[in-house]
Amino acid sequence: MRLLNRSAGRLSRYRRRPIAGLAVLMFGLLLTGSLYAAFSPAQAGQAESDEALVAKGRDIFIVGCSTCHGLNGEGINSSRDGKILGPSLIGVGAAAVDFQVGTGRMPLAQPGSQAQRKPPVYTPDEVEALAAYVASLGVGPAIPDESDYSIAGLSEQEREEAIVRGGQIFLTNCTACHNFEGSGGAMPRGGYAPKIRGVDPKYIYEAMLTGPQAMDTFSNGNLSPEEKRDVIAYLQSLEDQPSYSGFGLGGMGPVSEGLFAWLFGIGLCVAFAVWIAAHTTRSSKSKVEA
Amino acid sequence: MSIDTSKVADTNATTPAKASKPNPVGAAAGWADDRLGLATAMKKQVRKVFPDHWSFMLGEIALWSFIVLLLTGVFLTLWFTPSMGETTYEGSYNQLRGIQMSEAYASTLNISFDVRGGLLMRQMHHWAAMLFVAAMMVHLLRVFFTGAHRKPRELNWVIGCLLLILGTLEGFTGYSLPDDLLSGTGIRAADGFIKATPVVGTYMSFFLFGGEFPGEAIIPRLFTVHVLLIPGILLALVGAHMLLLVYHKHTQWPGPGRTEQNVVGYPLLPIYAAKAGGFFFVVFGVIALMGALLSINPVWKFGPYDPSKVTAGSQPDWYMGWPDGALRIMPGIETHIWGTTWSWNVLLPIQVLPMVMFTLLLFLPFIESWITGDKRDHHILQRPRNAPTRTATMVALMTAYGLFWAAGGNDIIAIKLHLSINHITYFMRLMVFLGPVIAFWITRRWCISLQRHDNDMLLHGYESGIIMRSADGGYSERHLPLSESRAYTLTARGRDEVFTPGTGVDENGVAARGGRLDKVRGKLSALMYADNVQKPTRAELEEARHHAEHEHALQAGLDHPASGHEFDDHALRTAEDVPLRGAHGETAGAGSGSTSGGAGGQHDDTDEQPGH
Repeated sequence: MRLLNRSAGRLSRYRRRPIAGLAVLMFGLLLTGSLYAAFSPAQAGQAESDEALVAKGRDIFIVGCSTCHGLNGEGINSSRDGKILGPSLIGVGAAAVDFQVGTGRMPLAQPGSQAQRKPPVYTPDEVEALAAYVASLGVGPAIPDESDYSIAGLSEQEREEAIVRGGQIFLTNCTACHNFEGSGGAMPRGGYAPKIRGVDPKYIYEAMLTGPQAMDTFSNGNLSPEEKRDVIAYLQSLEDQPSYSGFGLGGMGPVSEGLFAWLFGIGLCVAFAVWIAAHTTRSSKSKVEA
Repeated sequence: MSIDTSKVADTNATTPAKASKPNPVGAAAGWADDRLGLATAMKKQVRKVFPDHWSFMLGEIALWSFIVLLLTGVFLTLWFTPSMGETTYEGSYNQLRGIQMSEAYASTLNISFDVRGGLLMRQMHHWAAMLFVAAMMVHLLRVFFTGAHRKPRELNWVIGCLLLILGTLEGFTGYSLPDDLLSGTGIRAADGFIKATPVVGTYMSFFLFGGEFPGEAIIPRLFTVHVLLIPGILLALVGAHMLLLVYHKHTQWPGPGRTEQNVVGYPLLPIYAAKAGGFFFVVFGVIALMGALLSINPVWKFGPYDPSKVTAGSQPDWYMGWPDGALRIMPGIETHIWGTTWSWNVLLPIQVLPMVMFTLLLFLPFIESWITGDKRDHHILQRPRNAPTRTATMVALMTAYGLFWAAGGNDIIAIKLHLSINHITYFMRLMVFLGPVIAFWITRRWCISLQRHDNDMLLHGYESGIIMRSADGGYSERHLPLSESRAYTLTARGRDEVFTPGTGVDENGVAARGGRLDKVRGKLSALMYADNVQKPTRAELEEARHHAEHEHALQAGLDHPASGHEFDDHALRTAEDVPLRGAHGETAGAGSGSTSGGAGGQHDDTDEQPGH
């Protein structure tokens, strides 16, 4: 206490010095700045770069997307027969853009029953910019973070339960279109549910969240983020497990099995039958023709 | 009644035969024969002769896969629990641990993951089932295309057809047992098929399931049918099929020395025992290979059956695929009469169509023999081309089958070929009617053209591949006469006679019985035979031979293999003669019909003797 009093007294001696005001001012600025940096919302720092990102995204959008989706993402209705050239993107959110452009479905190669997956046209940076621009048009689902769909943080026991739960959700909600191991299936009029084995978990999560094309939207209200995570965990577990039963024949079910039974099974047996019948008996080593 | 033959000479050679030294096998056989008296019966049977041709071994594929089915099936029954009692899975497969399921499904998972060799046995059983039905079908096609279904083998054809349909049912019941999502979907479909029966459908369904679907009775019931009822009937019918085969003797291809009264081939012991026995191991090996390497019905991925779930790619096994295809392309037609629902969209493709097709198949030999009026025994096979209408009929049936079959995989075709499933459906709706007609017409004309080709070969010889340039610059190909055995083989067939109906009235001017039916028969007979090309007559052949001999005389040098210089002045020069082509087929006068492999044919020993 004495020490404190003495040092305060010593400091106090300088309080009238010209430099004191400057020091206090500096101290105050430093404190305010530090506190602001520590407690201010994170975006505040990105505010300017976000704007730049949106602007960059808008530039890309106007060149690559606006023909169908309109200059402001409002969508374009074809004048003929009322068909939609490109739907409105207001409110679809960054997740939808990240899914559609990131998997190469957008921009469309050609109008058709369904957008095809193909090598992406834009770089990840450009996709991010586009997503930021579309997100700025209206509120929508954001791009999920890896922590949303990873079970890495769970204990062994929880992980196993998550996989079992995810399997049941998958069999109930997904297999009807995507097939029992995610090999894909047919939809009416040339549409199809794509193969979802070997797809980046982020895109699976985004697909559930945004319901692209013919797919239902599994919003967080009807399939919670944890349940989405579990479905992805189940699909990952199918990919990670060894193929217990041998070559999987494309995982298409009984049709490919029947094809193999005929081509491979009967084919091989008949080839052997031809071989056996072609080798007739002989008593000497020299070839004898019957 | 064993006779001591050791003192009897067993040879006509100049030196007398000596009794062979006693050996343990002979002693054991003698011991058994003294007590069972099998030698007399076996003596004939072990020398039974079978002809040699790969297509005669197709039925064996079915037989041997049936044996594999019995062996692996017994293994599976030791662990399978045919019960729909609820249980919680606590086995090795992580993704399903803690899930509620039926005991049937849990035991299937147990066989797959916790029983040593269980998954291999399951997969072998399933692959063997696929091969069993497929081999029966290929065998059926061979029999029909070669005319082996004709008298006296019509009843064996009927037995074969019953085996085919029972094999299909057996496969379906087996497919339904694991109670996974796929098999449950199959049972649900079967429930729908039964319920589509007008008026009594729901009653039948309730009887089968012991109440409302799915109930708890269906798995135990199907199990009994699968392991006891159908296999028992199958075994009995396979036995009858084989006994009739032995009784009728095997059919054979035409050729020198082969008649309707004999069978040219090799005896059961030792040759066919080795060939057929070896083929068993080959089929077993192929099935084991498939079971080990190729995944079939991965039940753990389907999860337990739950009526609220379904998976894309829910198809039956291939042999049920064609009615499923008919169901898929059938337009949705339904009528309501007096408070009953007539669900034509299910009834026609699933109940009526297979029944019609199966009945047609059963009666094919009888329909044919009625049209042809042929009541003779046939042991010599026909080449498919020599029965154009019959061949075309089966190809038309195959086409219809194939189209229905493809329709059954319409979703897989759609995603793999990037087509619209709707367009596939529309296309199939048309093609199942049009396709068989086109196939019938093409096949029939094709066969007749091949017959014509055979006649050309007989009358003008085979194409030698030697191109000649005449003095005035024209090019032509030289033909050389067929060997006699080949010519015999080509002409070893009967002449087709079109049935001409009578006047329709008997000698008293009264309409004869069956007169109208006779007219139909006459028309069908004309369709069947009128366009066929008959083999050349004796006069035509002699004329052709005479013509050929005349050419021989003019152009000498045809009594040895064609060298390419038969028709030029090469012989006049002194250059060394190098044959262009080796011996063609068999030489004249070969094929005495001996059962030994050495008779007939020419030694082509240039490639057998090193240093030649």
